[in-house]
Amino acid sequence: MVRKIEMQPVNRRDMMKIVGAGAITGVIAGLLPNLAQADAASAEAAVKKAAGGKTLADGKITLDLPQIAENGNTVPIGFEVESPMSDSDYVKTVHIFADKNPEPDVAVFHFTPSSGRAKASTRMRMAKTQNVIAVAEMSNGTVYMAKSEVKVTIGGCGG
Amino acid sequence: MLNIKARILTLAGLALSILMVPVAASAAENWGKYEVGDRRSGYTYAAVETRDMQDDDFSNPAIIWLDQGEAMWSKTEGEAGKSCMSCHLDAAKSMKGVGTVYPKYDFKTKKLISLEQRINRCRTDNMKAKAWKFDSSQMLSTMIYVRNQSFGMPMNVAIDGNAAPFFAKGEKFFNQRRGQLDLSCKNCHEDNPGKMARANLLSQGQSNGFPTYRLKWQKPGSIHRRFSGCNKNVRAKPYGRGADEYNNLELYVAWRGRGLPVETPAVRN
Amino acid sequence: MAKAKARVKVPKKVKKGEVFEVKTLISHKMESGQRKDKKTGKKIPRLIINKFACSYNGKDVFTSDWYPAISANPYTAFYVKADASGSLDMTWTDDSGAVFKKSAKIKVS
Repeated sequence: MVRKIEMQPVNRRDMMKIVGAGAITGVIAGLLPNLAQADAASAEAAVKKAAGGKTLADGKITLDLPQIAENGNTVPIGFEVESPMSDSDYVKTVHIFADKNPEPDVAVFHFTPSSGRAKASTRMRMAKTQNVIAVAEMSNGTVYMAKSEVKVTIGGCGG
Repeated sequence: MLNIKARILTLAGLALSILMVPVAASAAENWGKYEVGDRRSGYTYAAVETRDMQDDDFSNPAIIWLDQGEAMWSKTEGEAGKSCMSCHLDAAKSMKGVGTVYPKYDFKTKKLISLEQRINRCRTDNMKAKAWKFDSSQMLSTMIYVRNQSFGMPMNVAIDGNAAPFFAKGEKFFNQRRGQLDLSCKNCHEDNPGKMARANLLSQGQSNGFPTYRLKWQKPGSIHRRFSGCNKNVRAKPYGRGADEYNNLELYVAWRGRGLPVETPAVRN
Repeated sequence: MAKAKARVKVPKKVKKGEVFEVKTLISHKMESGQRKDKKTGKKIPRLIINKFACSYNGKDVFTSDWYPAISANPYTAFYVKADASGSLDMTWTDDSGAVFKKSAKIKVS
């Protein structure tokens, strides 16, 4: 039993939309309009600048981020840097970068001994799967770095 | 001989069936009040960070609109010189339960009326003020404030008596395939909740948290806005806010969620 | 003063020397400058809150610089060490020069 189907012209744009619905995630990302992307080089340069030319050490920073972001436009991020936060030994600045966003800078946090804890949280935008990088600068000049990868997917019929 | 439309539908259907991969993730947990029988709130399909955002009384992003709704409750507007408070006094008392029974049959228009439309009628008829658009910041704030007065109460819309024929229309809409992708609400939200459609986890499409702060919208939005978006996603022409088709669908969807707690303002993807 | 709505949460009472959390939320589109107007195809200009400051009895204790990667309706939480009773004043400044303020009283025993 053949169901009678009407002939209907489908223009190329609609065809692309429908074919696109079955395409893999990466292809859709590629079709997004003109999203400039920080290349690895510009993110690296931003990290180097934040480090003030000094060698970045590991440790002291705990980055709290989800492994997979439900939606890239609102990703909760938290961090804490180990420090006595005394007048002579405290965290001065924490820079947050996202290495594949249109611009690598996300925020810069300035702490004082009155902060009590070098801990803060906020919500950030992530254009695609990438690393979130934290650079902490101490009052004695030493610098530390931590990074964490967050997967960001393009949605489906949630749109 | 396959024509173009059939070929497209086959391709789309094939693509979607490949991409609907079963995901065990949210099945096993005890969801408490968010689950009634086999009916589950969208809360149970959201990521833990999204749920935390909703539960945080302080930093749920829609709280800004809730605060605004509270401020507007006592704001005098319109030629009659009244505010919501003039007649309804304390919202916590007068609006309690209201969020659980809409849409409902309206004797004046002899069809269903949504809560937004009811609010607008109060504004135009009693306050002699201008009606608000469904997704204006004033309507969203007031809707969130009003519905929030029923927070935690079980959804309980009437589908019998005068509402029955409209409920039947809503049920038909829900089950009817539409758009170039030829999908019905049922195909995703009844047949495949818990499975992935590309990178989104499908929910049951419940309405108990609306107006909802959608991360996608970066602001709250009405259930009719969501219907419109879903229709566009299957390449179907959407209806307007407050359209009879959407009121009927909203009643059916609200009935599908009977017993689920009002979560307004919810946070969803 | 400009229209954004802000909320601030601090504990009701703290002991001197105690480190307590301050939570803030403000409504703001945080227009990134990346979006295009659907009708004209032109880029919508950037308009974000670029600075946040918390001062405690008049002295800045925590500040941050924000870029377009901060989400709309920005939320931020941070910590302060309790010293004297008084006022915690939050200031948000956006690209247009608009300044939004919200304060909270803190009682230190």
